[in-house]
Amino acid sequence: MSTTFDKVADIIAETCDIPRDTITPESHAIDDLKIDSLDFLDIAFAIDKAFGIKLPLEQWTQKINDGQATTEQYFVLKNLCARIDELIAAKGA
Amino acid sequence: MRLEYFQMLDRFVEVKADERWIKTESRVPMESPVFEGHFPGYPLMPGVLLIENMAQTCGWLVSAITGFSGLPVLAGVKEAKIRGAVFPGMDISTEGKIVHDGSGFAIADGKISSGDTAIADARLTYRIIPYPSPEFQNTMVTWAKQLNFPLQEFKK
Repeated sequence: MSTTFDKVADIIAETCDIPRDTITPESHAIDDLKIDSLDFLDIAFAIDKAFGIKLPLEQWTQKINDGQATTEQYFVLKNLCARIDELIAAKGA
Repeated sequence: MRLEYFQMLDRFVEVKADERWIKTESRVPMESPVFEGHFPGYPLMPGVLLIENMAQTCGWLVSAITGFSGLPVLAGVKEAKIRGAVFPGMDISTEGKIVHDGSGFAIADGKISSGDTAIADARLTYRIIPYPSPEFQNTMVTWAKQLNFPLQEFKK
């Protein structure tokens, strides 16, 4: 059974044409993988569909802009996957 | 339709709020400055304006499902296909369907036909951005009402 990270990495590789083996849990989607905001919408669409959730991108962006969170908290892939797992758990609760 | 003003839709003819689907109709004008250049002596509706027609149809739908809380701006066009030619005087129908309602973005499929003939289709991505001012937001709602957009269907 593939992990959340495996699925997310596959989505990123396919959506952004990034070699799969360069995507690690420590990768920062923006700083390391150079994914821009428009491409991230495609990724969010694919993640929402794959996991049956709705990534709260607006809320995350607001928190980052307000200085209440860092981009690392949401866009380093291991952290992104942790958020996804939380959303999946909340959905099933 | 007033192509030179980017007024691409004549009327909303059907909406299925539960299915997040909408249909508009428009008649291509017989004359427009656009046709003076595209092309001299052979007026042909530009393909980019067909995409704009789909973008506006789906854009109103995105506005409606989000309760006019933000302005949907076109951010991406994928798999766009211009399958048939559109000439002055032709009637076209445009269908729009929301494929995904994301956080701060939406994805929709647009499709244009004329009678039984497929004209164009595309998948459209919108960013939903804050309105630049409350006045502009009111302007959009008023505009929707002027076009007889069935806002009440989305308040049920």
